[in-house]
Amino acid sequence: MIEIRGLDVVFGHGKNLFHAVREVSLRVEKGQSFGLVGESGSGKTTVLRALAGLLERVARVSGEMTVADETLMRQRSQSFRRRVQMVFQDPFGSLHPRHTVDTILSEPARVHKLDRIEQRVVHALEEVGLDASFRFRYPHQISGGQRQRVSIARALITGPEIILLDEPTSALDVSVQAEVLNLLMRLKREHGLTYILVSHNLAVVAHMCEALSVMQNGAIVETMSEKQLREHSSTMPYTRQLLTASLGYDRTAIDAFEEFG
Amino acid sequence: MANAATLRGWLLAEIPKSKTQARCQRLFIGWLDFKRNPIAMIGLLIIVGLVTIAALAPWITTSDGLALDLANRLQPPGREHWFGTDELGRDIFDRIIWGSRITLYIVALVSIIVVPIGLMVGTVAGYLGGWVDSVLMRLTDIFLAFPRLILAMALVAVLGRGLENAVLAIALTTWSPFARIARAEALTIRNSEFILAAQMQGISTVGILARHVTPLCMSSVIVRLTLDMAGIILTAAGLGFLGLGAQPPTPEWGAMISLGRQYLIDQWWVPTIPGVAILVVSLGFNLLGDGLRDVFDPKSGH
Amino acid sequence: MTDSPLLSVEDLHVTYNTPTGLVRAVSGVSFELGREKLGIVGESGSGKSQTGRAILGLTAAGGRVSAKRLDFKGTNLLNANQRTLRQIRGGGISMIMQDPKYSLNPVMTVGSQIEEALLIHNPTSKRVARERSLEMLRAVKIRQPERVYKAYPHEVSGGMGQRIMIAMMMIPEPDIIIADEPTSALDVTVQLQVLAVLDDMINARGMGLIFISHDLNLIASFCDRILIMYDGRVVEQCTAADLDRAQHPYTQGLVNCLPRLDGSHEELPVLKRDPAWRTPPGAAR
Repeated sequence: MIEIRGLDVVFGHGKNLFHAVREVSLRVEKGQSFGLVGESGSGKTTVLRALAGLLERVARVSGEMTVADETLMRQRSQSFRRRVQMVFQDPFGSLHPRHTVDTILSEPARVHKLDRIEQRVVHALEEVGLDASFRFRYPHQISGGQRQRVSIARALITGPEIILLDEPTSALDVSVQAEVLNLLMRLKREHGLTYILVSHNLAVVAHMCEALSVMQNGAIVETMSEKQLREHSSTMPYTRQLLTASLGYDRTAIDAFEEFG
Repeated sequence: MANAATLRGWLLAEIPKSKTQARCQRLFIGWLDFKRNPIAMIGLLIIVGLVTIAALAPWITTSDGLALDLANRLQPPGREHWFGTDELGRDIFDRIIWGSRITLYIVALVSIIVVPIGLMVGTVAGYLGGWVDSVLMRLTDIFLAFPRLILAMALVAVLGRGLENAVLAIALTTWSPFARIARAEALTIRNSEFILAAQMQGISTVGILARHVTPLCMSSVIVRLTLDMAGIILTAAGLGFLGLGAQPPTPEWGAMISLGRQYLIDQWWVPTIPGVAILVVSLGFNLLGDGLRDVFDPKSGH
Repeated sequence: MTDSPLLSVEDLHVTYNTPTGLVRAVSGVSFELGREKLGIVGESGSGKSQTGRAILGLTAAGGRVSAKRLDFKGTNLLNANQRTLRQIRGGGISMIMQDPKYSLNPVMTVGSQIEEALLIHNPTSKRVARERSLEMLRAVKIRQPERVYKAYPHEVSGGMGQRIMIAMMMIPEPDIIIADEPTSALDVTVQLQVLAVLDDMINARGMGLIFISHDLNLIASFCDRILIMYDGRVVEQCTAADLDRAQHPYTQGLVNCLPRLDGSHEELPVLKRDPAWRTPPGAAR
């Protein structure tokens, strides 16, 4: 469904040159949830944004990317923008502060010239568990979890096949995170969606994904299946260290931590 | 009173039922915020006063302020002529009132020209960056570098005298800071996730600029406009003072000061009263602008 | 505990008067702190940060703090004068906050900030201050202390910035450290390394630590005892080891709704907020 081959992303010039993503390749099957894990600066969000075609003006992107048999060129097609959607990390930052929920949800429908816009908006709100009373509220009037639901509703309006999730629950309280993760799983089942989930939280990725890649310093360190993750049968020391750290505080284990790169 | 009660209820309702209602509610809350600032309310009062006076001019004045009455020239303020008469015997009170229309005309015309141009140039430059930004900003710099009055004088020399040409000259020298402000806001916003989300939706650049970037630049631009208004009025007055703006016998306040300045010592009311009028209106805009800024950007000030 | 507690808090209340009404950020929190690591866990709005700030008298303007008792080593913090409070802040109780970017002075070098922290509480000569500062940088496992000493905060990484914060807060040798989300902005491996540094210093000096966080797993593995806060109140107190035998349904809900590394892809049990957990309206003062 999604294939990335030799993706390279470079920001800036000369002294400020930053090689954010180095030769990244991955494959996501249709209907799969694929996780991209890494610490800050690993390049995981950059990979997602490169796939989404959001880096055209700010970086030099090279490599091949194919989505549903469509090879991606410099500009994304309208059909791509209908079939691939994204949910961002910051629930407040990803909704326009001056637009009502209704405007936020109807805009994509309008852009893609869909019919029965009002019904679609109400239906999308229902799907994410919000009732019609939310339609004319502003983002600052609703909670973080509700904003993230609106973000998800916005991603559903055009009837996509793929949703890219950039740390969708990192800014949420733990109890709200559980609700949103459940929602994402249910939507995936009901709509047959394909997900790429970026997160620094191994537990979230382990919970949601069937396969994952670990990134560090712009490159993929290891790709594993969920089974391998669960059994802690990683081969790379970086991944093992990440796994150990994700289990919680263990004073003796920390002494063994190495600095990588 | 039932209508007022239902209106208030509609404005304070928990769940807005339409986009219009939601927007009105937001404006209402902004208004409540604004009301709490007494200085800002004074500014608003002055401006509302200005508009009212201009609207009611035919009914407040006794003449059109243009008729000569040389027998009555340079009369001090008194019962018959509240502000006295000028060097041609015209009633100053009436001229001030009619002049308020001209002041408003100048304010409105400049705003209509300056705000759209500033917003367009600024948002495009800030959002697109690169060479577009450079070119547009150099253009802005060129206009910014000229001292306002000098450029206005030059333009009027080319275009000829008259109020509209003066207004055009003022507008051309005033739009640059607005472009800079709009650009600064656009630069801040352009990497926000909601802009990325809009790009993700496939919204065109024009659409993003119009519906996403510009609304967020509006508050800064409006505040700057009201704060600049004093300067605009003074420049118009200055042009009028130099004889380059409104031509006699039009009762433009600046021209009134110019023509009356020789009488400053003995018949102080002739140039002073239009001067006070300009002062009050400029002050009104300044206070209003301050109040608006406090409402739009609650982090600054209170 | 064999000796008397370092800090005693009894019935702490923090309220704010806002245009939309009275906000009760903290409603009747009571606990004691000895030479141990105490974790305070809660979601946003639980009042955990407000509790930490109230102890140090750092509540924001407009907030009212009251308590039956707020004692630090015998000194009543509620009616202490400004001079006493200033001596206690830093010298007795210190605070480490979340983002070193915002808590370190950007225009002063690291070294001068650490020295300043020392000199305020223990005036000595510049030479001694410099030596102690370098020592402190070494103690927090910074590998090139002379270089970092001369650096500015923006030149160091997040993890190093937090270790510098720790050095700054530890140098006046306080008895208690209050750490408010000290590692939330850091990567997970760096988080643990920073906590290890903190852990070692606290153990070596016999200090008390109040660790405020939203991360239940981290607190359960790092701290000795845990307080769970909800809606301004403490709904549960237990030792870290006993967390899975927690009594209060909110705690249980919190523990159960976390996704696990041995992920099951099953639906996570969602926390049903019982209105009975909320602070009853009459409880505020």
